[in-house]
Amino acid sequence: MSILQRTACELLRSLEAGEISSVELTTACLERISATDDRVGAFLRVDEKRALAQAAAVDARRAKKQPVGRLAGLPVAVKDVLCDRGQLTTCASRMLADFRPPYDSTVVAKLKAADAVLLGRTNMDEFAMGGSTENSAFQVTRNPWDLERTPGGSSGGSAASVAAGMVPLSIGTDTGGSIRQPAGLCGIVGMKPTYGRVSRYGLVAFASSLDQIGPMAHTVEDAALLLEAIAGHDPNDSTSLDEPVPAYTATVNQPLTGLRIGIAKEHFAEGLDAEVEQAVRAAVKVYESLGAKVQEVSLPHGKHGVATYYVIAPSEASSNLARYDGAHYGYRTNEQEMLAELAGERKKLQAAGDQRGVNELDTALVRMYRRTRAEGFGPEVKRRIMLGTYSLSAGYYDAYYLKALKVRRLIRQDFDRAFEQVDLIAGPITASPAFKLGEMTDDPLAMYLVDLYTVSANLAGIPGLCLPCGQSECGLPIGLQLQAPILQEESLLRGARMFEQATDWHKQRAPL
Amino acid sequence: MAITRQDVEKVALLARLQLSDAELATMSDQLAQIVGYVDHLAQVDTEGVEPMAHAIEQLNVFRADAVDMSLPREEALACAPHHDARGYLVPAVLGE
Amino acid sequence: MSEPYTTIIGLEVHVQLATASKLFCGCSTRFGAEPNTQTCPVCIGMPGTLPVMNRRAIELALRTAVALNCEIPPRTKWDRKQYYYPDLPKGYQISQYDLPLSANGRLEISDAKDRFAPKTVRIIRAHLEEDAGKSLHDEEAGKGDSLIDLNRTGTPLLEIVSQPDLRSSAEALAFLKELKLLLTYIAVSDCNMQEGSLRVDANINLHIETPQGRVATPIVEIKNMNSFRAVERALDFEAPRQYREWQETGRVLGESPKQTRGWDDEAGITRAQRSKEESSDYRYFPDPDLVPVSFSPAEIAAAKASLGELPAALRGRLESVYGLPPYDADVLVNQGRSIVDYFLAVADACQDGKSASNWVTQDVLRVLKERNLSIDELPVSSDALADLIARIKSGKLPSPRARDVFQAMVDSGVDVSQAMNALGIESVDDSELVALCQRIVAANPKIAADVRGGKMQAIGALVGQAKKSNPNVDPNRVREICLELIQSLSH
Repeated sequence: MSILQRTACELLRSLEAGEISSVELTTACLERISATDDRVGAFLRVDEKRALAQAAAVDARRAKKQPVGRLAGLPVAVKDVLCDRGQLTTCASRMLADFRPPYDSTVVAKLKAADAVLLGRTNMDEFAMGGSTENSAFQVTRNPWDLERTPGGSSGGSAASVAAGMVPLSIGTDTGGSIRQPAGLCGIVGMKPTYGRVSRYGLVAFASSLDQIGPMAHTVEDAALLLEAIAGHDPNDSTSLDEPVPAYTATVNQPLTGLRIGIAKEHFAEGLDAEVEQAVRAAVKVYESLGAKVQEVSLPHGKHGVATYYVIAPSEASSNLARYDGAHYGYRTNEQEMLAELAGERKKLQAAGDQRGVNELDTALVRMYRRTRAEGFGPEVKRRIMLGTYSLSAGYYDAYYLKALKVRRLIRQDFDRAFEQVDLIAGPITASPAFKLGEMTDDPLAMYLVDLYTVSANLAGIPGLCLPCGQSECGLPIGLQLQAPILQEESLLRGARMFEQATDWHKQRAPL
Repeated sequence: MAITRQDVEKVALLARLQLSDAELATMSDQLAQIVGYVDHLAQVDTEGVEPMAHAIEQLNVFRADAVDMSLPREEALACAPHHDARGYLVPAVLGE
Repeated sequence: MSEPYTTIIGLEVHVQLATASKLFCGCSTRFGAEPNTQTCPVCIGMPGTLPVMNRRAIELALRTAVALNCEIPPRTKWDRKQYYYPDLPKGYQISQYDLPLSANGRLEISDAKDRFAPKTVRIIRAHLEEDAGKSLHDEEAGKGDSLIDLNRTGTPLLEIVSQPDLRSSAEALAFLKELKLLLTYIAVSDCNMQEGSLRVDANINLHIETPQGRVATPIVEIKNMNSFRAVERALDFEAPRQYREWQETGRVLGESPKQTRGWDDEAGITRAQRSKEESSDYRYFPDPDLVPVSFSPAEIAAAKASLGELPAALRGRLESVYGLPPYDADVLVNQGRSIVDYFLAVADACQDGKSASNWVTQDVLRVLKERNLSIDELPVSSDALADLIARIKSGKLPSPRARDVFQAMVDSGVDVSQAMNALGIESVDDSELVALCQRIVAANPKIAADVRGGKMQAIGALVGQAKKSNPNVDPNRVREICLELIQSLSH
C-alpha cells in the first residue's frame, strides 16, 4: 500500500533509479484494485495481462538502458471514451457495449508512445453526460471518501481510481466540468486544458466545441507530467492548436512572482455552501500570504453559463450521437421483434379503420432506428438528444441555439476583460461537497445546476484546474478552482503548485 | 416558449427515438422545466454580438490532397451489427 | 411559342471535384472499386473521428466559383445538414448553409443554331459538400435487406444552383453543356455522368396567362435524370403534365407543398416520390469539428489567373482572329481544350483558319471517333496537317487526292511527302502541265469550240483526259490552263 501513497513524479524517479520495477508498481495497483474496487466501482475493465506485459517490456528496456518514453512504467487509467485500437471502448453505453475501434485515439497513442502502462478503463456517465457517474449503463461508481456519495462525473471512475489509490494517474474528459468537478469531490487534482491543447481525435464526441481531455492525479506536479505527455498539435484534429508545448514539469515548481489572483464576486452569491465558501476564502488567504495580490473581478454573464451550456452541449450532442442508428456500428434492435411490432400496430390500425395512422406508420428502417436508439441509450442521453434536437429545430434555432452562441461570446469577453487585470481567477468548483447517490437522479435541472462554476471555462475555451483546498466537517474534500487565460497552462500549473507546496490538502488520502 | 406533448412527439421522430407513453409524459415535463430555465437567455442583451460556435476561433486548417491507406473491408465491417462480405445490411430503403 | 404557358426551370448540379483523396480524409476517390474498400474510420464516421479539409478541394471549388463569375465572401464555413439515411453514416452531411463559399454568379448560354436567343443564366450559389454512399437493394441477401456501400461517402461535391432563368429544355440542355464544358476546361471535374461525377436535379413550374392574370403552378423537383438526354426528355414530359394537372385541379403555387418526382427513363414519365413532411427540418448548425475558411484577395486573384481562356472567350477569338463561322467555333470549342489547341497549331502553321477548321472538324474528329483515339494519340501532328493544307493551297497536292494522303498519314504515321510518294503522287510542274494541256486542246477541237461557244461545262471532258494521262495533275489548274489556251486561240 505504501508505494501507492506516493506521487507519480516520485514513482517515476524510483523507476528511473531502479528502486522499483514497473511490474512491482503495476502489481501493487492491480492488488489495490482487487481489494477495493468491488466497493468503489471505478473500473469498467482492468486488463491485467496487457498491463503486466507492458510493464515487463518497459522494465526490460530500462534494464538494457534502451531509450524509454516520458511516462515509462507508470500505470495510467483511461476513461472509457477514448478509442484504443482493438479494445472495447463503450462510453458506458449499451449502444457501444461491444464496440472495438479499429484505430487509436491520439491521446491513447501518445500514452503508448510514452510507455505508460494502460491499466484499465474507468467508468463514466454514459457518453460523458452527467455529473455523478450514475448515468453509466453498467455500474455505479462510489466516492472513496464516503461510499454513499457520488464521486462526481462524468469522469467519476477516473477520479475515484486515483482518489482510492488504485492508480497514480488517470485521464478524464471535461465538457462542462467533467474532470474538475469529480476531482474536487474526490479530493484530487484535475485539469481541463485550453480547448485544442490536447487532440480530440479518437475521443468519442459529446459536444465537440466544448470537449477537452485532461489529466487527473494526486498533485499538480503529477498533472503537469501527464499533460506534457498528451498535449500537442495533431493534424487529425482541425481544432487542435498548432502551438509548442512548454515543458510544464520543468517549471511547475517555480513560484510565480507578482501573481495577481482574481476573485469573481458572482462566485460567492446565494447558494454557495458555507463550508465551501470558508475553504475557498481560506485558500485565497494562503495566496495572499505567499505574496499574491488579490482583487475582485466581475464575470457578469457567468450566471447564464448553465443555460447557455445546456443549449449548446445538447445541440452538438444530438448531432454527434445521430451516428448511433444501428446501421454501421454498435447496437441494433432485434429485427424480428421490430418487424412483429410494426405488423401488430398495422393490424390494429387497420382493424380500427385508421388509414391515416397506417400511412404514417414508421417504415421498417425508421422503426429500426427508433428502437435501436430507444434501447441503446439511457434516459439522460435521450433527454439531451431531445433537448438538442428541439433547440436546433425549425422555429427554435434563433431563440435557443443562436442566442446561446451569442451569450457564449459575452461569457468569453467577461474572461478577456478580467484577465486584463489578473493572472488567475480563484473560486469554488461546486456549491457543496459530494452529494448522496440517488439524491438528484429524478431532478435533471437540479443536476444541471451543479455545473454552475465549471461550464464557463468550456464555453470560453480557457484552461481550468481543480485542486483540494479543504474538507467539510464530515470529512468530504472541498476543491479550489483556478482558471487562466487561453494557453496559460504553465502559469496555471505553477500558481496551483504554489498553493500545494504551502498546504497539505493534497496529502490527504481517502479512508478506504 | 411552452413545450407541448405534440412538440415532444415531433422531436422524438426527428431524433429517431421511440418513446413509450410514460416516457413521453416524463420527457414532456422535464423538457418543459429545462426549457423554462433556458428561456432566461432571452433576457440577455445580445444586440450586435457575433455568435461564437468555436471555443477557439481559428481559420484555414487544411490537409494535403494525398491518398492514404483505406481500412481493410473486414475491419470496417467488423464493427457493424449486420453485414455480409461486401457491405452493411439494413432494412430495405426502397420506398423511402 | 405555341404552348399557352411559359416554362420556368432552375437547375441544381452536383459536380464531383477531381481530387485524389476525399474531402475530409485520405481515402481514394477512384470510381468502380469493390464495395466498402475505400473507407476509413473518418469517412465511415466512426465514433471519435474528426474531419480535416482537403486543400485541393477548396482550391478547385474556388476556381469554379471565379469561373462562374461568383462573388467570394470574406469568410465561408461548414454546417451539418442532419437527416437519417443508411448511406449517410454520421447522421449528417457536412455541407454549407448560410455562408456558402460563393454566390451570385452567371453563365452565358447561346445556341449556334439560334433556336433561342443568347442569355445570361444567374447562379444563386456554388458550395462544397461531402457526398453520401450508395444503397443497393441486395437480391442475394434476401429478406428485403439493402446493402450499403460507403466508398463514395465523403467524396467532394460542388453544388451549383441556378436561378430559375431557363425557359425550355433546350435552354436547360445548353446550360448543362456549357457548364460541363467550363468545368472540364478549368479541369475541376471529369463531369462523367455515367460515373456520377455530374448529377442534375431540376426545379420546374409553369407560368400560365389566364383572363384573370398570370398564375404559377406548384414547383416540382425532378430527380433521377442520368443523362443530358434524360434531362431534356424529363422536362419535355413534365411541362405539359403540369399544364394538364393545372387544368384538372386548378392548383397553383403555394397551395400544395413542393413535390419531388422521379424520372423513369424506360417509361418516359416522371412519378411522384413519397415525401415525408418532417424530413425537411435539416437542423443545420455550424460544424464544430471544422474551422471556417477565408480567401485573401491574392488567392482569389491567383484563382482567376489560373483559369486560362474560358470557352466563351475562346469561341470569340476563333471567330474574330481565325475568321471561323460561329458554328465552326462552337464545334471546335465543344470538343475541349486539347482539340482547340491542335486546331490553333494547325491554323497558325498553315495561315488558313477555315481550312484548318474544315480538316479538324471533319477528318480529324472522324478519325478520332472511328479509332477511339485522343488527339494526343493521333498519328498526324498539327505540323503535318498544316503541311498538307499548305500543299493543297499551293497546288502541289491535288485536292481530290488529299483525303487519301491524310488517310495514309493516319494509317502509317508518315509525313505528307512520304504519303504522297507511297501513293505515287508527284507534283506536276507547270511547264509539263501546259504541254499536256496544249496536246489535249489540240486533239479536241470540237470541245474547244463548244467551250468558246459558251458551253463551259464541256471543259470537264478535257480535265478528265488530263487526269487519265497523268493522275497527279491538279484538276483546277488543268481547267485554268485549258481555259486560257482555248481563249487565246480565239484571238
